[in-house]
This record gives sequence, C-alpha cells and structure tokens, in this order.
Amino acid sequence: MAASRKVACVEIGGIPIALSTCDEGFLDLLRRRYDGFLSSSAPEFELEFYVTPRGSDSDDDVRVRRDHNEWILERGDFHARWDPGTRRGKVWQNANPYSLDSVLRILHSLILAERDGFLLHAASAICDRSAYLFSGVSGAGKTTMTRLAPVHVTLLTDEISYLRPSAGGYAAFGTPFAGELARAGENCTAPVAALFFLEKGPENRVDEMSQAEAVRRLMRNILFFAEDKPLVERLLATACDFVARVPIRRLTFYPDARVWEEVHNFASSFHEVAEHA
Amino acid sequence: MPENCIYIARSSAIAARALAGEMMVMNSADSTFFTLNEVATTIFQAADGHTPLREIVRDRVCEQFDVDPEQAQADAEQFVAELSSHGILLVSNQPLAAETF
Repeated sequence: MAASRKVACVEIGGIPIALSTCDEGFLDLLRRRYDGFLSSSAPEFELEFYVTPRGSDSDDDVRVRRDHNEWILERGDFHARWDPGTRRGKVWQNANPYSLDSVLRILHSLILAERDGFLLHAASAICDRSAYLFSGVSGAGKTTMTRLAPVHVTLLTDEISYLRPSAGGYAAFGTPFAGELARAGENCTAPVAALFFLEKGPENRVDEMSQAEAVRRLMRNILFFAEDKPLVERLLATACDFVARVPIRRLTFYPDARVWEEVHNFASSFHEVAEHA
Repeated sequence: MPENCIYIARSSAIAARALAGEMMVMNSADSTFFTLNEVATTIFQAADGHTPLREIVRDRVCEQFDVDPEQAQADAEQFVAELSSHGILLVSNQPLAAETF
C-alpha cells in the first residue's frame, strides 16, 4: 500500500508551490524551513519529494538541462525532473535543507524566466514603502548593508532577491533564502526604487553607471542555470528591460550606519526629480 | 590554416542584444557573458560564416574606424581566438553556416 503524501504549500514571490512527501521528518523540516512562507493558496505547481541517501556534496556544479518536455536538475546532493507543461516535478534528495533551498531556487529561476522576472544575488529591503536592492559578489557587503539597516527598514533577504515585473517597473519580494545573516526575509513585497552595486571604500558615494555596464553587472549576478537558448534570450531581454526601468547606481560605502543616509538621500532626490519630470 | 582564409560564424548557442552601442552576448551553454565594444560588435555582426575575416576587417572595420589595417587584423584575430575559446564564435578554414540576428 502506498504511503500517504503530506503537503506543505510554500508561496514565494506570489507563486504557491505544493511540496509533498511521505516522510514526516522531512515534512517537519519543510515547515520549519519555510515558516512565514507557508500558504493556503491553491498551488500553481507541485513537487513530490523522495528522501534518499544521496550524496551530500553541494559543492558540485549544478546542471539544468532539457530532456524532451522535462527539465533535469542535477547536483551531487539532488536529482529532479520538472515538467513545465504539467506543472509537476519529482525530486530525489537527502534530508538536507540546503539541497531543498537549491532545488526551490532553481525551480523559481525557471518559472520566473518564463514570466520576465529573475532571482538576483542581492540583498533587498523595504524603506518608506519602496524596495532597494544591494548586489555584488560575495564579500561586497550585502549582509553588511542589512545589518546596518535602521529599525524601520524591512528585510526582504540578505542573499537572493526575488524580482518580477509589475505595473510601472519591477517588484521585489521577500524570500526565505538567507545568507550569512541566517535569517529569512519578511514575506512581503514593494516596488523597486533602485538597485545599487556595492563596493566597499573609504567614504559613502553614489555614482552613475552606463546602461551597458549595468546590464553586464546585472547578468553576472542573476541566478540562472538552464542550458537553453530561448530562455537565455528572454533573460537577456528582461535584464535590458530592468536596466531601462529601474535606476541603477554604484554605491561605494564605508561600513557604518551612515550609508543608509546615502540611500535615503538618493531616494529623496530621485523622487523629487521623478515628480518634476 | 592560411590567415586570409579564416571564416567565422556566430554559435547557435548564444543570445545577443545590442545596447547603447555595445553588444551583450551570453553563451546559453555555460552562462558566460561578454560585452563587445563597437569594433568587436562590427566583427561579431559580420560573422556570417562565408565572409573571410580579412575581408571583414578590410571592408567593415577599416572603413568604419580610424585604425591601422595591420593592427586591426592582428586585434581581430586575437578577438576571434578569445571568443572561439568560449564557444561564442565558430572558426574554420571553410565557409560555415551562421545564426542570424
């Protein structure tokens, strides 16, 4: 007799996905891991998890490729098959929460690419009802920016920002994918006011950058794994559209709380310009 | 292969988009990303698989940019070698089929 499957619906970025398993312990892990993102919405997608004694080597390169109608997601610690036509997939992995996060991130990156959105290696936070993104390579200061944020700032993530097109621009959503801060973001959303590429320096300053430079930096920080030309073309078009719609600047910062004054000053001056335009 | 018989074609596995005078190129096989300057973009766009590189340099690059022909040829060969090592351009001493953009 087949064991009954238990379901947890996890909604990230407004996209509810039903995650099912027969393993009570794994279900408990799912619910704890994504507490704050559990949803009662009707799921748009379904993933069946099968807990197996797969290797735990999450340092292997991830591979995402097409096999006829399905996507194959592979790494040392998981193997998954995903059919975008039926909106269903199966995952074989060990009970490691990092493997779980990786599978969900890849799946969301595929879903978002079809919807002109993307996951960005960036911290994001809401200040005065607008979202600000802080992107850069590891060590550039993403977690530092979130640690320095004033108390009225709402953290969306210190690691992986979730971006979707919205009326007039793009919206950022909170994610449970945490970096060094080891704290999930708030499950909320706001229109994106600006993206800053971080660089540490002796003083705080905001500089313009060319559109081409902005696209180049953006593409280097977008999480995308699929070996698929149509999706890559669409992603590149999305990146160009994002750069055309969202102010993008280089933020050189000295790591203390005054950097948020710089962000606030930029936001105020930009709003003033926009209102006069 | 003789230098004057190098044919170049764009790989079918890449996505490209022009923006503000530069060409953004991404290899869908490994997600490597390149931005090409104006001269490189001219060569990239002319990489139709049946026009020899030397002809592209002479008729396109030297016509559009104030460059020394010998230096332009050397730079073009270096550029082609680099992009072909990343799978962006295909290189042959025979004409090739090419992607159109």
